[in-house]
Amino acid sequence: MSAVEQTSAAHDGHAHAEHHHHQESFISKYIFSHDHKTIGKQFLVTSIVMATVAMVMSIIFRLQIAFPGESFAFTHFFLGDKWAPNGVLSSTMFLALVTIHGTIMVFFVLTSGLSGTFSNLLIPYQIGARDMASGFLNMLSYWFFLAASIMMLSSLFVEGGPAGGGWTVYPPLSVLPQAIPGSGTGMTLWLFSMVLFIAGSLMGSLNYIVTVLNLRTKGMKMTRLPLTIWAFLLTAVVGVLSFPVLVSAVLLLIMDRMMGTSFYLSEIHIAGEALDNMGGSPILYEHLFWFLGHPEVYIIILPAFGISSEIISTMSRKPIFGYRAMIGSLMAISFLSFIVWAHHMFVTGMNPFLGSVFTVTTMMIAVPSAVKVFNYITTLWRGNIVFSPAMLFSIGMVSTFIAGGLTGIILANSALDIQVHDTYFVVAHFHMVMGVSAIFAMMAGVYHWFPRMYGRMMSTKLGYLHFWVTIVSAYGVFIPMHYVGLAGGPRRYYEYTEFPMFQGHVMDLNVMITVFACMGGAIQLVFIYNFFRSIWYGQRSPQNPWHSNTLEWTAPVERLHGNWPGPIPTVYRWPYDYSKPGKQEDYVPQNVPLEAGEEEH
Amino acid sequence: MMTLLIIAVLLLGFLVVLRLSRVAQLANDLRGDREENIPERDNRISGRLMWAFGAIYMAFFIWIPVHYHDVFLPVAASTQGVWIDSMFTFNWWMLGIVFFGTNIALFYFAGKYYHRADRKAFWYPHNNRLELVWTTIPALTLTAVVIYALIVWNKITALPAPGTMEVEVYAKQFDWTFRYPGKDGKLGATDFRLINGDNPLGIATKATMAKRLDELHAQVAQETADRDARSAILPKDALDKADKHIAHLRRQIEGIMNLRTLMQEDIAANGDNSTYLKGADDKVTKEFHLPVNMDVELIIRSQDVIHSVYLPHMRAQMNAVPGMATRMHLVPTITTDSMRAFTKNPAFDYILLCNKVCGISHYNMQSPLTVESAGAFKVWNIMLPVFEKPGAAQEEAPVAASADTAKAVAPATADASATKKESH
Repeated sequence: MSAVEQTSAAHDGHAHAEHHHHQESFISKYIFSHDHKTIGKQFLVTSIVMATVAMVMSIIFRLQIAFPGESFAFTHFFLGDKWAPNGVLSSTMFLALVTIHGTIMVFFVLTSGLSGTFSNLLIPYQIGARDMASGFLNMLSYWFFLAASIMMLSSLFVEGGPAGGGWTVYPPLSVLPQAIPGSGTGMTLWLFSMVLFIAGSLMGSLNYIVTVLNLRTKGMKMTRLPLTIWAFLLTAVVGVLSFPVLVSAVLLLIMDRMMGTSFYLSEIHIAGEALDNMGGSPILYEHLFWFLGHPEVYIIILPAFGISSEIISTMSRKPIFGYRAMIGSLMAISFLSFIVWAHHMFVTGMNPFLGSVFTVTTMMIAVPSAVKVFNYITTLWRGNIVFSPAMLFSIGMVSTFIAGGLTGIILANSALDIQVHDTYFVVAHFHMVMGVSAIFAMMAGVYHWFPRMYGRMMSTKLGYLHFWVTIVSAYGVFIPMHYVGLAGGPRRYYEYTEFPMFQGHVMDLNVMITVFACMGGAIQLVFIYNFFRSIWYGQRSPQNPWHSNTLEWTAPVERLHGNWPGPIPTVYRWPYDYSKPGKQEDYVPQNVPLEAGEEEH
Repeated sequence: MMTLLIIAVLLLGFLVVLRLSRVAQLANDLRGDREENIPERDNRISGRLMWAFGAIYMAFFIWIPVHYHDVFLPVAASTQGVWIDSMFTFNWWMLGIVFFGTNIALFYFAGKYYHRADRKAFWYPHNNRLELVWTTIPALTLTAVVIYALIVWNKITALPAPGTMEVEVYAKQFDWTFRYPGKDGKLGATDFRLINGDNPLGIATKATMAKRLDELHAQVAQETADRDARSAILPKDALDKADKHIAHLRRQIEGIMNLRTLMQEDIAANGDNSTYLKGADDKVTKEFHLPVNMDVELIIRSQDVIHSVYLPHMRAQMNAVPGMATRMHLVPTITTDSMRAFTKNPAFDYILLCNKVCGISHYNMQSPLTVESAGAFKVWNIMLPVFEKPGAAQEEAPVAASADTAKAVAPATADASATKKESH
């Protein structure tokens, strides 16, 4: 079937009703698919694979940190003799694993798994559209992402190993192969992989924006959009404005590496020789990198906000408290995310006055974030909470966001940052918000919308087991980690054995962290089992398993191409009419017309 | 063998769990239970677990700092350390209140309002007054936090008084080198092209330039001879490589010649105050000593990649960036000896860590720091060898005289600035 036909089908709903059962070949249906649902699932499954790889990496280096110099069959099994002679992780590979773990998790799991998966799945469904504005671009966005993923993984197998300068790949370390083995071919692959990733991400984001703005169904005013869609829209806008800056940073880095330019290099003497490069500055790279790098964390957390808002409201059987305030705070966070980047650079030698400015702007972000937390808690208050696994993960998301957000206030403070900059305190902080909070929202989204993706239910009991062990392990890992940082423990250290001050209790904490990390890693196997088993053997799902109001649940379970067999539903109300007084049921879907005399809300 | 056994047991255990879950699943299906219909009993259990988990979480959160209190660094050993620590305390209290308040509310409500068929949730879509309250209160609190933060930040980053002693901290993969000014109280100019075995920091003096030029000329001659001798047998790419390297060396020579011109102009313009005349009496050492209760400005440079000077006990940190000199100043307030007595640890040392990933031995790029009384520091400092023995400067006939006068004048300048500081 042709792209033209698909596009016209997406626009012409009524005519489409008669011929929705095209005989599609396996390839056009599952591989080169233009269908937003399939592309969403492709993003999700790829992200799960990437997450598994990155998680195994984290277990390997956590074992080394807690038990330095000890031999592990686990390490040897994955890395072999070259990178783990006698089962002991080498220090080169340690840095490479730390780098690739960070890169994969930030870009290939959290960006693609949240925004990629759920924007694709939910935007057309929840705004009442047949598909994305451009199915073809959407398909390309996935294939660019997949190519980037494969390129990133392939860097694990090259001579010298993958990039090893930390996921921020600061020059000159990332430019000079003399400085670290990973800055050879591994770094080249890293850079080109990122360019592909960003190209894909831009295609996706532009598509999301156009779709939300232009393809909403009749009656779907912006103020009737579910918060998920608001979050995805703002995420896409932030992505479109910030990702290109990373491309420029990466391009200059590529030129410094390959063409002898000096954008980031100056006055370097390495491996016994002075280099010719003069006049560049690594600080320039830091500015360019963090101009994306900071909005990037909001590209991750905004969809998490959207997903948890939707689930908390649905499963509390109660309207989200302060719908407009929630939109306002999403907008405020998106705007502010662009003017806080240099809080990553307080101790780089930047003018201290700039430090003051960025302290002020960064602290401002705490206000809309606090508003969101208060609104979540008020939504739970006097609700009628159904504890589906998705709801448990959403509550976990709020709790971990509080823990991670509050330490942000310490790090936003330029003076306090002097002490904890680049220590495990920072690592604990951003893992709390991104590694736990955003991942919890992603899990919540998977459990909640799995019936919509596959027409089957995941096991609730296994979901419970997964949640409780995961939250215990997550806190078990990241609460103690703050104290390692406060003890002055630097990040990206292969081992602490050379420092008397990091023996004793700091080491005890490190062991505790690693034990919980192994536990948390192992329990994800239950999730993976539950996920893949349920795709084929799960209970068949009813049309609207969670008694939800949003439009995706008005579409048939069979997941037709074009989403609705008949006309697209018309929207008459906001999506949060849960437990509305005077109604028989505790939910009123958006496509139910207002009764005579009924106020919208 | 043992590990294989463990892996096998783990795998078996995992399989057993999965089989059991499958059995439970089949039982569910037989009873007609649906995954999405969560019975009241399960909701109640989940609610109770929320309470239990909330309580355990709060307890864990308190237990860690109580049990591991000795993990915290010992008392701050610098003036800015004291300011930072008291601001930490203020922040912990404020954040602690918010943390416990919000988490208790979250877990309490979640556990209390579990689903019951006979209940209906309370319709409560918005309340603008509440929103206003919890926008304003965080905003005001954060304003206070910001003002406090900026007061401390401005104090820490204020420019040091003129005449403050400068100490250079020089980073390279994977160690630290330090440079103390000589009698003139000033650190001399440097250039990365002058770095060699005798001159690890690339201090720029007439002698070092001349020596480095000789070295480079010799190297060019040698490599050119080698290249020509083997031009018949070497493949083309090896020849190109050799040519490239010779061209690179020639550019270095050119650079140093420019530098030499620059130096001569600077000396002509500034006379004895020229920064190129300050380097000869500098003292380069691998040991890091600071006097107690004196403001010291660290001039931080890097030879190769970004490093970071991190002095956790001093609550001080600044990156070392190739191509530029970063600065920070601090006043250590407790000597190493006092700290040894205080911590009852005779082996205690202040430590300087590299805190920006810089390569495979990043984790061991460290140096102890000795803080001692002004007297002890002076004694230690006097014993350090100067970079160029005064005799060496005599060989440079034309400028030798002015170099000597520079040494005579410089201490006077240093004294003058010192008195200025005292009166200040």
